[in-house]
Parts: sequence; structure tokens; C-alpha cells
Amino acid sequence: MAQSLAKEFTKGLWAEIPPFRLVLGLCPTLAVTKSVENGIGMGIATTFVLVFSNLLISLLRNIIPSKVRIACYIVIVATFVTIVELLMQAYTYELFLKLGIFIPLIVVNCIVLGRAEAFANKNGPLPSVADGLGIGMGFTLSLAALGAVRELLGNGTLTIWGGTPIFEMAEGFLPFRFMLEAPGAFIGLGLMLCLMNLIGKK
Amino acid sequence: MGDLFVLVISCIFINNILLAQFLGNCPFLGTSKKMETAIGMAMAVIFVLVMAGAITWVVNEYMLKPLDVVYLQTVSFILVIAALVQFVEMFLKKSIPALYAGLGIFLPLITTNCAVMGVCLINIKEEYSFIEALVTSFSYAAGFGLALVLFAGVRERILLARVPKPLQDTSIGLITAGIIALTFMSFKGMV
Repeated sequence: MAQSLAKEFTKGLWAEIPPFRLVLGLCPTLAVTKSVENGIGMGIATTFVLVFSNLLISLLRNIIPSKVRIACYIVIVATFVTIVELLMQAYTYELFLKLGIFIPLIVVNCIVLGRAEAFANKNGPLPSVADGLGIGMGFTLSLAALGAVRELLGNGTLTIWGGTPIFEMAEGFLPFRFMLEAPGAFIGLGLMLCLMNLIGKK
Repeated sequence: MGDLFVLVISCIFINNILLAQFLGNCPFLGTSKKMETAIGMAMAVIFVLVMAGAITWVVNEYMLKPLDVVYLQTVSFILVIAALVQFVEMFLKKSIPALYAGLGIFLPLITTNCAVMGVCLINIKEEYSFIEALVTSFSYAAGFGLALVLFAGVRERILLARVPKPLQDTSIGLITAGIIALTFMSFKGMV
């Protein structure tokens, strides 16, 4: 039992890591990764929604009629998204402002609905929570990695939490503004995907 | 009138929903492999987005605000959009079968297209009037269509090129999108 739970958890970290292996949830990935901090914040918010909606959907999986299941899932997910939104407004207001409309947009993040349909719908509560946690952590890691690349090249700093950079480039470094703009996000993600393919081939 | 024109230009080109705001990127990469599907998706988005923009504006102004339950925005908007998509699908199937066949599978996919939800939220956030909200919704959708069709055109050409193995498919798609986004950046400062 413990072993299979661990398996559900770890598959989200490498074998099915979103958004690289499952090309889902690209919008928040591209939009919020201007810094590591934003990426981590978005990742944690998504993880929260994933874990709890997976749990609830898996508990209710025998009650929800299969014809209207998508509508039911969306309402469940939307409820948790509203909870996250209110929590972030109360405790991490600055981050909430930075992420803007991408918090309510977790509702239409295909990863969340995808996991509900592909996993929580067919499995018990414990594996579903493990799955949600794994995929969520994987998503957070990817966002943080892309955020790190963009922030380092675009701004010359790395900020994990709270606004003070933990690392700064040497003085003569000229920030590569392009990486913080929209094209930098697309090209950065494209190149990271290419790197993943290269490593995966071995 | 002049203000509305500025709004249209800025929504289509400068703040292009796909390339500058990053909304609706999943269908952008998913349906852009063929020109035909790209056009179908673009039409479906224009159709639904204008209606969704109008309805969510009304819901927010005359239901959520008077009852003081604006925190239910996310839940109510997604329900409105899901119901609307379902309704439009049934309506088209009955009365305009030709259009229904054309839009086909793209209609149900729109429920989870964050461009629709995103534009509805932007309309509310920017406190647009009803007319402005309608114009914004249409212009964003038109911008979506423009970017999607352009991208599909480029992608069809890439099929003929020899792409290095690790870069194939999504990876080269993203890099291409980045270059298109770069060209759209040149519209900045136009308004």
C-alpha cells in the first residue's frame, strides 16, 4: 500500500511531470514565471486545489452520475479555487496582486480537471491525494525552474520568497530584458522541453 | 467612438490574448497543427466569447453586486460559461447544422479555454461598461483568431522542414510562438 502510494506521488515528479510530459496548463506556466517567487506561489495554489479537489471527487465518485460528472467536477474545483483566492487575499496579498486573474483561472487549468477525470474518478481517496500532491509538486518545480531561468537572465537575481534576492549576478551583468517579456516565456519553455527530451532519451 | 477604436486595436494587437496575456495557450498549441482546425477553433471562440462576455457582465452587475456575493464570481462565471457552451451546442445542432458541423468538437473544448474565462474576468476587473465589454470580448476573440491562424500557417510549413529530434513537436511549436510573439511586440507603443 505504502509502496503504491509512493509510486503515485513520485510519478508526478518525473515520469508525468506537468507541463513538460503532460502538455497541459500552459497558460499559468507562461504567464506567472517572471520570477521564482511567483512560480512557487502559483504552484502551491494549484497544488492545494489539486489535492483537495482530487480528495473530494474521489470520495464522491460513486455518487456523481457519470453524465453530468464534468459539471460536478468544475463546481468542486471552482469552490476550492475560491477558497484559495480568499486565503491568498488574506495572507499573501502582494503575491495575490502579482498573480492577478491567474488565481481564479486555476478553475480552467486543464491539469486539475485532467487529474479529476483521469485519476480521482477511478481511484480511492488516498491514492488520489498522493496523485494530486505529486502532480502539484511537479508543477511547482517546473514553474520554479522556468521562473529561475527567466529571472536569472532577465533580471539578474533569484528571489525565493519575500522580495529579497538570495543570489545576484556579478556586477557587469547586463540583464536580458527579453526573457521577462512574452517571447522569452515561449522560447524559454520550448528550450526546456527540448532539454527534457534530450535527457529522457538516455 | 475614438476610445472604442483604441480599445479594439489594443485588444487585437498590443495586448493580444495569446501572445501577450498568455490566455488560451492549450488550444493554441493543440489545434494549430492544421489550418482547418485552427479556423474552426477561432470561429468557435469568437462566437462563444462575445456571448459569454455579455452574459457574465450582466450576471456580475445585476446578480452578484446587488446581492453582495462577488466572491462567488469564479463559481458563477464557470457555470455560466459551461451552460452557455452546452446551450450553444444544442441550439446550433438543431437550427444551423452546417455551422455545427463546421465547429464540431471545438465547441465543448471551449469550456476549459481560459481565454473565455479570462476575458470575462478582465472585463469586470477593468470596470468596463456593457458596450466596452462587448467590444473588448469581440476584439480579444478576433486577436485570438488572428494569432491562431497565423501560427497554424507557420506550423504547416514547419512540417516540411527537418527539425532536430529533441526539438520536434511541442518544443519547436513553442519556439515558433515565441518568435511570433516577438513580432507582435513591435505593436507596443502604437496607442
